[in-house]
Amino acid sequence: MPEVPPKPVVRRESVPRTLLVAFFVSLVCSSLVASAAVVLKPRQAANALLDVRRNILEVAGLMEPGADVNELFAMVEPRLVDFETGTYVEGVDPDRFDPIRAAKDSERGMAIPPELDVARIGRRAKHGLVYLVRKDGEVTRIILPVSGYGLWSTLHGFVALESDGNTVADIVFYEHAETAGIGDFVSQDAWRARWPGKRVYDEEGQLRLQVFKGRVAADDPLADYRVDGVSGATLTGNGVTNLIRYWLGDHGYGPFLHKVQGEGS
Amino acid sequence: MSSPAKRALIDPIVDDNPVTLHVLGICSALAVTTSLLPSLYMCVALTTVAALANASVSAIRKVLPTSIRIIIQMTIIASLVIVVDETLKAFAFETSRELSVFVGLIITNCIVLGRTESFGSKNSVGLSFLDGLGNGLGYSMILILVATCRELLGKGTLLGYTVFSTVADGGWYNPNGMMLLPPSAFFVIGLIIWAIRSLKTEQVEEPEFRIHEVHRTEAH
Repeated sequence: MPEVPPKPVVRRESVPRTLLVAFFVSLVCSSLVASAAVVLKPRQAANALLDVRRNILEVAGLMEPGADVNELFAMVEPRLVDFETGTYVEGVDPDRFDPIRAAKDSERGMAIPPELDVARIGRRAKHGLVYLVRKDGEVTRIILPVSGYGLWSTLHGFVALESDGNTVADIVFYEHAETAGIGDFVSQDAWRARWPGKRVYDEEGQLRLQVFKGRVAADDPLADYRVDGVSGATLTGNGVTNLIRYWLGDHGYGPFLHKVQGEGS
Repeated sequence: MSSPAKRALIDPIVDDNPVTLHVLGICSALAVTTSLLPSLYMCVALTTVAALANASVSAIRKVLPTSIRIIIQMTIIASLVIVVDETLKAFAFETSRELSVFVGLIITNCIVLGRTESFGSKNSVGLSFLDGLGNGLGYSMILILVATCRELLGKGTLLGYTVFSTVADGGWYNPNGMMLLPPSAFFVIGLIIWAIRSLKTEQVEEPEFRIHEVHRTEAH
């Protein structure tokens, strides 16, 4: 191998020289990183938005293979809901609403009291997004974003309810980092198929829906509220139960859903 | 192509492979090889970073003070990795999500820093580029072999296309779930190292300790 002949060591090792080299390398590297971030940002944002929309369409039951996601998304109506009152918020554009940024804001977000924070998310915005799917003017599905901690990671997903605000139509988890081969059942179609038709609240309005530990027996009186768990992945299953308890509970979309149920009857 | 250039490019693929001979870069080889597609992206990412980092370090080798050479090399590697990671997020969104942190972890991949320190800081730019490329390809070869084994035996598919139809889909193949878990990559890499060292016995290392029988009279 061609070796470079030894160079004059003294001049190269001086302090000003060291600082100068460090400065210029940092300058070049930081401009490289900064320009890559700036140039690629719009494309990344578009990808992220497209991904969220694709998942919403998926739970909305509107997704068709090969269709243009943004075109189909016109059939979905995003709205903002006030968690406390359960009423729609007017005057804020839902498309510009960023729940993560709002949650961090001292005005628009709040810390969740620890005893209520079953999904272990820490903070949430005071307003929440809902996506309404309409057919001939009538709402057919209500889609709610949910998130919560599983075993290793925060799960992010969407729950779609029928227009009665109580029957599960579909559920999708689009982001998680649970154990591959075990905990990743949350993103598998076979498990997803067990959700449609399950009910969230019982006659008294009590939140009952949960991931059951093991297989739900056919004669289980609560079979309507229980979804089969996966053995070996109890903690991921508990995470899903917890995020449902939080987001569909009184501190989450509960007040809004009770309003929807009241209108329906 | 001249002989040193050829050696810099070709040697690391089998004869001087960073994974099987030097046993470097094992962490990512365990993590990303559950299926073939993310592994391919990982290979491209690592090869790009290794080649460019090696060439860049080589380009400044004559002005680089030895007291800060490692941190400067890390800075260059880290910047390249961030650029590659951002590019994947923009152009291969789904796969970059699957790879999650492992593209970022190329920064700590011993292969890259190992090459910049031992080769790039001593040789010409062109040769260093080829050496980085060669080592990236050597890593890629192992990654592709491992990922092919794991996806095929673990899921019965390759690049998502069904090769063995599984029992769950009414076929004959009962997938081996263990192949999707990290330990199986250890087994596959171990088998590959064993196979290569059986064929090329010069790669077998001298044992560091030798257990030998002690005669009864020697024991006291």
